[in-house]
Amino acid sequence: MAFYRAHILVDTGPPAMLKGAMAVKAALIEEIKRRGLDNEIKVVETGDLGVRGGGPALVIYPEGITYAGVTTADVPEIVEEHLVKGRQVKRLVYSETTPGVVETTERPRSKEMRIILKNVGVIDPTSIEEYIAAGGYEAVGKTLTKMTPEQVIAEIKASQLKGRGGAAFPTGLKWEFTAKAQGREKAVVCNADEGEPGNFKDRLILEGDPHQIIEGMIIAGYAVGAHEGFVYIRGEYHQAAAIMERAIGLAREMGLLGKNILESGFNFDIQVLRGAGAYICGEETALLESIEGKRGQSRMKPPFPPTYGLMGSPTVVNNVETFCNVPHIILNGADWFTAIGTGQSKGTKILTPCGDVLLPGAYEVPFGVTLREVLYNMAGGTKSGKDIKAVMMGGPSGIVVDSGSLDRRLCAEDLQPGAGALIVVDVDKCMVDTMVNVAKFFYHESCGQCVPCREGTKRMLETLSWWASGAGSESDIKMLEQLANTMSLSSKCGLGQFAGVAFKSSLPLFADEYRAHVVDKVCPTGVCPMDRVLEEVN
Amino acid sequence: MIPLLRDIQAEVGYLSPEIMETVAEHLGTTVGQVHGVATFYTLFSTKPQGRYVIRLCDSPPCHLEGSAAIRKAVENELGISEGETTEDGLFTLETVSCLGVCGVSPAMMVNDDVYGNLTPESIPEIINRYREGD
Repeated sequence: MAFYRAHILVDTGPPAMLKGAMAVKAALIEEIKRRGLDNEIKVVETGDLGVRGGGPALVIYPEGITYAGVTTADVPEIVEEHLVKGRQVKRLVYSETTPGVVETTERPRSKEMRIILKNVGVIDPTSIEEYIAAGGYEAVGKTLTKMTPEQVIAEIKASQLKGRGGAAFPTGLKWEFTAKAQGREKAVVCNADEGEPGNFKDRLILEGDPHQIIEGMIIAGYAVGAHEGFVYIRGEYHQAAAIMERAIGLAREMGLLGKNILESGFNFDIQVLRGAGAYICGEETALLESIEGKRGQSRMKPPFPPTYGLMGSPTVVNNVETFCNVPHIILNGADWFTAIGTGQSKGTKILTPCGDVLLPGAYEVPFGVTLREVLYNMAGGTKSGKDIKAVMMGGPSGIVVDSGSLDRRLCAEDLQPGAGALIVVDVDKCMVDTMVNVAKFFYHESCGQCVPCREGTKRMLETLSWWASGAGSESDIKMLEQLANTMSLSSKCGLGQFAGVAFKSSLPLFADEYRAHVVDKVCPTGVCPMDRVLEEVN
Repeated sequence: MIPLLRDIQAEVGYLSPEIMETVAEHLGTTVGQVHGVATFYTLFSTKPQGRYVIRLCDSPPCHLEGSAAIRKAVENELGISEGETTEDGLFTLETVSCLGVCGVSPAMMVNDDVYGNLTPESIPEIINRYREGD
């Protein structure tokens, strides 16, 4: 590997691409070449840094200085001043006081604990050498040469790692079930179908550090006795899929995937599969159906995937972030991992505050921090500066809390963050309007297979829309609550079971607001159309 | 089946009854199975679509940040409503669930390109980019 005195990382995530990231990258390379510095300075692309507006941003190492809102016209100055003379271009340097500019890796992240996101925005995701230089694939080496599959499972169990896709099922247990299951070829599936609104952490990992996922999957394959791995990436993630494909190819070239990995006699390979736009495919059995080329409809459970998964084979299905925890646990040990977090939630969690929040983005924190710390100290409070009215925990399938929960801790003992989305709703927004939107989402995404979900999501949307138009009646409230209960008790899979959770949990918190809509026919925030009333009045 | 349908969708723009028959024959399955899959996933279309498919996100984070105003701006600019295609066959407008770029909401995709931090004012410029590139 050549030695470069400086690295420039250009954010080429989708938002930055629109602001001309490739033109900036080309201009940097051109300018550096013109000055004969191309043997000293390397320009690399990195995935989405979670940039918010103003982009593209770039980070120059070793100093770790972030420049925001860079245009091609700024390039000669940056090269001249920063890279030749060693002086920062002050007017472009991002600082936390820059109003509404960007969020980059150099944001005030003092309260963060970056383990999974350590490499994201730091290394070049298209270079396997950089991942290895950062300690990558060491865990695979240790696993394959020094550990038995039983020891790997014992270590993961001891770490108390739980699934990061929202359900928080113990990973070690899942692996053990799969390892012990009798069956043909076993399989390892990475669920990268991140479809729950408000979540984008998996995309950041796929785009910024794909090898970490591959590494976790190889270890899982070794532990359970699988030789085939699949990464199911949602259809909308084009760049993420391209980066992942490339990473797999590079790992194969290096002998880290394929036959006889690191001369250990263990064979394992991974292929990328693309979704085609269906939220339900994030549900593990629907995902398996989709891989098999069918409609993504969930299966009856049990049997669960560890005993009957892909094509009937015992299958481990884990979330992207879950796999990423594995190499760290193998290298540092379960004791190191259990020292982070709380009694029932070990390790870190990547949270993605979004919605009415000043600095949306991905923040990795140890379990146990409070909601307030994340939303105010990290994400900067609301965009409008007004108070927070509600937060949707994990996305629309999670519970809704109000500002009274800001000091609760994010962990299994207190407030579960689900897959990590924290959708912030400020006081100017209407709860009924928000719930209509949630209901629309579930109505659209219900697979239509079972009655409680297919019909329930429809009635829920219908009823809430009545409320928003001033046509609701007081008895609807009780009825809708019962409907939500029925759906959670009788739907076949998580989609229907959780579709009414947001409404139900918000009901006692915003009872007055709901009543104002159905009884007084008034939307207190003035968001809902309430047009049915006007018609009647006129 | 899904990778095959994805390729055809990308190439032809939609999955016609004839195409579905051919796919069924090729895979040794029934037309019903293929039709079932083709109509299940939102990225597949069984009707001809515009050259550029605009997918507007209306999930909670985008909704909170004003996706309704964005939809109105797109509809005004193109003179069509959700689910329709412009007469010149250039644009189809769809509302979709989360695109996974909630950090830059409100957002939309035009074919494979993602646009975030949208304002109603930014819409004409984006659309013109495709009109001119045509």
